[in-house]
Amino acid sequence: MYRIVSKKELSPVVKEIEVEAPRIARGARAGNFVILRVNPDGERIPLTVGDADPERGTVTIVFQEVGKTTKELGLKEVGEDLQDLVGPLGRNREIPEGKRIVCVAGGVGTAPIYFQAKAMRAAGNHITTIMGARNVSLLFWQDRIESVSDKVLYSTDDGTFGKHGFVTDVLRELIESGEKIDEVDAIGPLVMMRAVSELTRPYGIYTVVSLDSIMVDGTGMCGGCRVTVDGVVKFTCVDGPEFDGHKVDFAELAKRKAAYREHEELSCRLFDEALAAHDKEE
Amino acid sequence: MGKVSDVPRQTMPEQDPIERGKNFNEVALGYPEDAAVLEASRCMQCKKPKCVEGCPVEIDIPAFIEAVNERRFDDAIRIVKEKNNLPAICGRVCPQETQCEIKCVLGIKKDPVAIGRLERFVADYELALGVADPDRPPRKGHKVAVVGSGPGGLTAAADLAKMGYDVTIFEAFHDTGGVLRYGIPEFRLPKAIVSKEVDYIRRLGVDIETNVIVGKTVTIKSLMEEEGYEAVFIAVGAGLPYFKGIPGENFIGVYSANEFLTRVNLMSAYRFPEADTPVIIGKRVAVEGGGNVAMDSARTSLRLGADKVYIVYRRSEVEMPARAEEVHHAKDEGIVFNLLTTISRVLGDDDGRVSAVECIRMELGEPDSSGRRRPVPIEGSEFTLDVDMVVMAIGSGANPLLTGATPELELNKRGYIVTDPDTGRTSIEGVYAGGDIVTGAATVIEAMGAGKRAARAIDAYLTSKSAS
Repeated sequence: MYRIVSKKELSPVVKEIEVEAPRIARGARAGNFVILRVNPDGERIPLTVGDADPERGTVTIVFQEVGKTTKELGLKEVGEDLQDLVGPLGRNREIPEGKRIVCVAGGVGTAPIYFQAKAMRAAGNHITTIMGARNVSLLFWQDRIESVSDKVLYSTDDGTFGKHGFVTDVLRELIESGEKIDEVDAIGPLVMMRAVSELTRPYGIYTVVSLDSIMVDGTGMCGGCRVTVDGVVKFTCVDGPEFDGHKVDFAELAKRKAAYREHEELSCRLFDEALAAHDKEE
Repeated sequence: MGKVSDVPRQTMPEQDPIERGKNFNEVALGYPEDAAVLEASRCMQCKKPKCVEGCPVEIDIPAFIEAVNERRFDDAIRIVKEKNNLPAICGRVCPQETQCEIKCVLGIKKDPVAIGRLERFVADYELALGVADPDRPPRKGHKVAVVGSGPGGLTAAADLAKMGYDVTIFEAFHDTGGVLRYGIPEFRLPKAIVSKEVDYIRRLGVDIETNVIVGKTVTIKSLMEEEGYEAVFIAVGAGLPYFKGIPGENFIGVYSANEFLTRVNLMSAYRFPEADTPVIIGKRVAVEGGGNVAMDSARTSLRLGADKVYIVYRRSEVEMPARAEEVHHAKDEGIVFNLLTTISRVLGDDDGRVSAVECIRMELGEPDSSGRRRPVPIEGSEFTLDVDMVVMAIGSGANPLLTGATPELELNKRGYIVTDPDTGRTSIEGVYAGGDIVTGAATVIEAMGAGKRAARAIDAYLTSKSAS
C-alpha cells in the first residue's frame, strides 16, 4: 500500500515522490492536500498535491526536508511503502474560466501551482507564472510549469537566473506595466504569500493563498488548524486550505505555526544524531 | 424471584489516587474472581428482569450473572457476546448506573448489582485466556459497507458478519476504534483492550480499510454504484469541535479536547520524542466543560505533568453531564473544580502563547431548552486564573465532510442525519445511519445499540430485496 513508484531529487533538500494511491489519484483536484505518516510512531503531516495521474493510480508530492518527518520521508526509496496516506483533503479549487491569472510559485509551492495552473489553463484561462528561488539550483519543474503557462517569469534572490530579486519584484513590475490581471494565486512560504497579498491589496486584485497550518486529522475533527479569515475563525483543513489572501490574519498564523518549534528542533536533532551514529557503524 | 441478599456490593480495587495521577495505567483494576462470584450471588434472578430493559444491546443479564455465580465463566462470556461484541469496552465505559443498574430491583433497598463490573470481569477472563476463533456462518454473497470503526460501526459490522454478510469498514484515521482510540484515555480504556476487541471483529470476517474518508476518498454513491456495496451503515460520529468564540481563543496552548486527546491517545504524544507527535504540556491547565470528555482532558493533563488542573464549568455539579464516577475520580486525583464559572477571555503573551484566562462567575436562572437552569453571568465577578494551557471540552457538532458530499441525504437543521429511529434508515435507499451523527454526542453504548438495530434492518432490507 502507498508504494513509492518513482523518486527524484530536485535539489539537495527538495524531493519529488510519486506514490501509488488509486482512489486519491482519481479524486484529487487542484487545491487538495494529503496527509501521510512515515513510520508507526510517526506524525501525520499535510502536503499539498503536486500532481495526480488517475491512469497510473498515483499522486505526486514535492516536499522540502525541514523536519524529522520530511527527512525520514526523504530516505524512503522507490519500492518502499509509506506508513499511511490519506486524502484527497481540503476543498476543491474553484476553477474560473476565461480569466487572466498570475500564479506565483515559491519553493515547494511550485508543485501545487503546477497542478492548479494545469486545471486552470485547461479551463481556458490565460496563465502567467512567476517562479522564484534563492538561487538557480533550487528551481525545479520549469518544464512542467512552462507546459501549462502562457508565460513564465523567473526570479532568484542572488540573480543566478531571471530577475535578481524576489517574486514580488517581478509581480510588481507586471502589475505596474499595466497588464490586465483578474486574479493572483500564490503558493509558497508564508512570508512570500503574505508579501504577495500586501502587494496586490492596494490594486484590489483578488489574491488566493494556500495555507499550511499545523493539523492532525485533516477532516475538521481537531481544530488545530484554526486561522482567522476576515475576523472569523476557520479550519484550514475543511474550509481551506485556500483563502482570500487579503483577509487572512498572517501574523496570528505565523505565531501558530511556531507552536511546536522547540519540539521540532528536538526531534530533528535526535534524528540527525541517530542517523550519524548509524552511518558511523556502517 | 430470589431473596434480597445481605452481601454488600463488592468494591472494585483501584490504583492509589496520588500514584495514578503520575501514570497512564488503568485506574480501575477489575474484580478478582472471588469478588465477582460474591457480587454475582447478589442477583435475585428476577423472572421479568428490569435490567435487560435498560440495556441498549439487550444482554441476557440474569443468565450471564447466574453463570458467574456458578463459576461457569465460559458460559457467562458466551451469553454476553450473543448480544454484545465489545464487552471488555462496555464493561469499562458504559454508564451502567443510568442504564441497567438503575433498573435493578435490588437497588430499591440496597445497592444494585454491579452489572458493569461483572461484564468487565467475564470479558477480561476471556481475553486473558485468548479468544477462540468465532464461528463464521455461510456467506450470503452480499457486500455491506460500514463507515467509521467506532463503537457503532464495529457493532453493526460484527452483527452483519455473524449473519453472513461480507462487511468492509472504512475508517478515516490510520487506526481503528474511533472515539475508543482517539478519545477515551488509556487510564480508562487501555488501547490493548480496544485492539483485542477490534481483532475479534476482524476474526468474524470483517475487513477494515483505514485511511479512507467517505465523502473524500470515496463517496456513498461510488461505494454502491462502482464497488458493489448493496447497503451502507454510516457511523462517523459527531466530532466537529465547538469553540467558545471568545477573545484569545487562537493563542497557542488553547486546544479543543478532540485535538488534545487525539494527540495524546491516538498519536501517543505522551511518549514524545519517542513518538513523533508533540503536545504542549501545561503546568497549570484550565479545562472548560462538565462532561466525561472534560474529566478525561483534565486527568490527562495531570498525568502529563501539570501541577494544577482546573475544571471550569458554568453550571453546578448536579447538572454535570459527566458520570458521577468520573467526577469522583477527578476530585480524588486533585483536580480543582470551579463550578458556576465560565472562561470569558484567554490572555496571551507576545509570542501568542496562553498566559492566563479571565473567568466570570455564573448563577442559575430559568430552565432553558435542555430543561436545565440556564447559567447567567454575574456582572463584575470577573477574576483571573494563571494558566499556560486551556482545553475546550464544550461539545462537538456534526461533521459535514460525508453529509456535504452526499446531497441526497436528508439532514436536520443542526446537520445531523435524519433516520427512522427503529431501523436507522435514511432518505437514501439502502443507506442507514446511527450513533452521534444521528443523535448528537451521546454514549458508546447508545451508538452500539444503533449499530445493532441498523444491522437487523439492513438484513431485513437485503433479504426482502433478494427475495423480490
